[in-house]
Amino acid sequence: MMNAVWQRLDLFARMLTPSLTVGALVILSVLPLHIPSYSSVVPSLALMAVFYWSLHRPDLLPAVAVFLVGILHDILTGGPMGAQAFIFLGAYWVTGSQRQFFLGKSFLVVWWGFMMIAAAATIMQWVFMSLIFGTLIVPLPAVFSFLQTVALYPLFAWAFIRVQRSLPQAA
Amino acid sequence: MFLFLLMSAVAILLFGKADPTVFERTRAVVMDTTAPVLEALSRPVATVAEFIEEIEQLVVLRDENANLRQENVRLEIWQNRAQKLEAENTRLRDLLRYVPEPPAKYIAARVVADSSGAFVRSLLVNAGSRDGIVNGQAAVVGGNLIGRVAEVGQTSARILLMSDLNSKIPVLVAASRARAVLAGDNSPLQRLLYLSANAQVKPGDEIVTSGHGGVFPAGLTIGTVTSIGQAGVRVMPYVDWDLIEEVLLVDYESEAVLSALPDNSEQSVKSVGEKPNPRR
Repeated sequence: MMNAVWQRLDLFARMLTPSLTVGALVILSVLPLHIPSYSSVVPSLALMAVFYWSLHRPDLLPAVAVFLVGILHDILTGGPMGAQAFIFLGAYWVTGSQRQFFLGKSFLVVWWGFMMIAAAATIMQWVFMSLIFGTLIVPLPAVFSFLQTVALYPLFAWAFIRVQRSLPQAA
Repeated sequence: MFLFLLMSAVAILLFGKADPTVFERTRAVVMDTTAPVLEALSRPVATVAEFIEEIEQLVVLRDENANLRQENVRLEIWQNRAQKLEAENTRLRDLLRYVPEPPAKYIAARVVADSSGAFVRSLLVNAGSRDGIVNGQAAVVGGNLIGRVAEVGQTSARILLMSDLNSKIPVLVAASRARAVLAGDNSPLQRLLYLSANAQVKPGDEIVTSGHGGVFPAGLTIGTVTSIGQAGVRVMPYVDWDLIEEVLLVDYESEAVLSALPDNSEQSVKSVGEKPNPRR
């Protein structure tokens, strides 16, 4: 009896893992790392998780979780509320719609796909922020941030693959 | 469902833009709840950073010691001078019946999150309204201004750094006393705006807070002018924001300025009220 409860709890925790990794990466991305000049190239860690899970296990990453994590991101970074939620949802939707194309392709192709989505997300964020603040924002930090995000993707994807292996199979 | 969420995000964005106070409570609650988590997580990171720094310091210990001895001699001479000047200043102030600035109170806080990215430059600290933190207070590191409080929760607060797009601070060029506004644009250097055409500025000039608006104390050092050109006057701040672990928040309210003024000096009271509001 007790065993069954634990098994269910275990299963439940595993099902939540993708959503939790996105949330954890949002928190990780705002931790003060005390690295000189890091703030101008800070990568979008959560975007990697949104992309990875909506490609490989969309059943375990509901849109609501993506939305809530986006709001959390906006509040923690002090940005306009809703902006990151919109961008995460956009990335989630585009990735989901291209899922059939990417599944089974080599890692390089997937990486290239992530680069496209990260580029679109960065441009959209830049347009959003420029509109909201009513001024043309210096684009260079955003470009560095984008490059950093794309460059770090393989490392995080490797970690996500490890996590994915511990997840229950899709029904 | 998906479309509903997407529309919600847009709606939140528009509401927040129309009236930034709408989500103030929600933001404060989320900040207060995540601050302890962030604090717990940021400690080991800080410990590793400190460890690396200590090793680096061990290497340069001898050189630093020699430098410090030299500096000590130099500072003693300065101390002597400062004491003389202070005495002279007091005498002259007495002569002029000058109203001194009210003493400021400092609140120390730890940085728990550095949410500086490509679009927003801010820090989250582990002190809030419970500790006496109020919107608009100046944030200082080592006597140098880094920004101001922009959001306050009960146990946490957000500091908008000077480099943020929304940061505008009334300043003075220390040498020529020319007034200006220091504005951030998300790049490491800040711009001097509204500097009058005949104002004298040259690279190397120090920029300090002017105290106009009564929110910041006057004379807090900020940085030095690095370049004057087509892109305007650029200022390099003294503090490297990536390395900040603790900040001091200066409790210095305009009411304190008003109450410190003698009753019969109506003109001075008026001039305080007329000064531009730096929070705009």
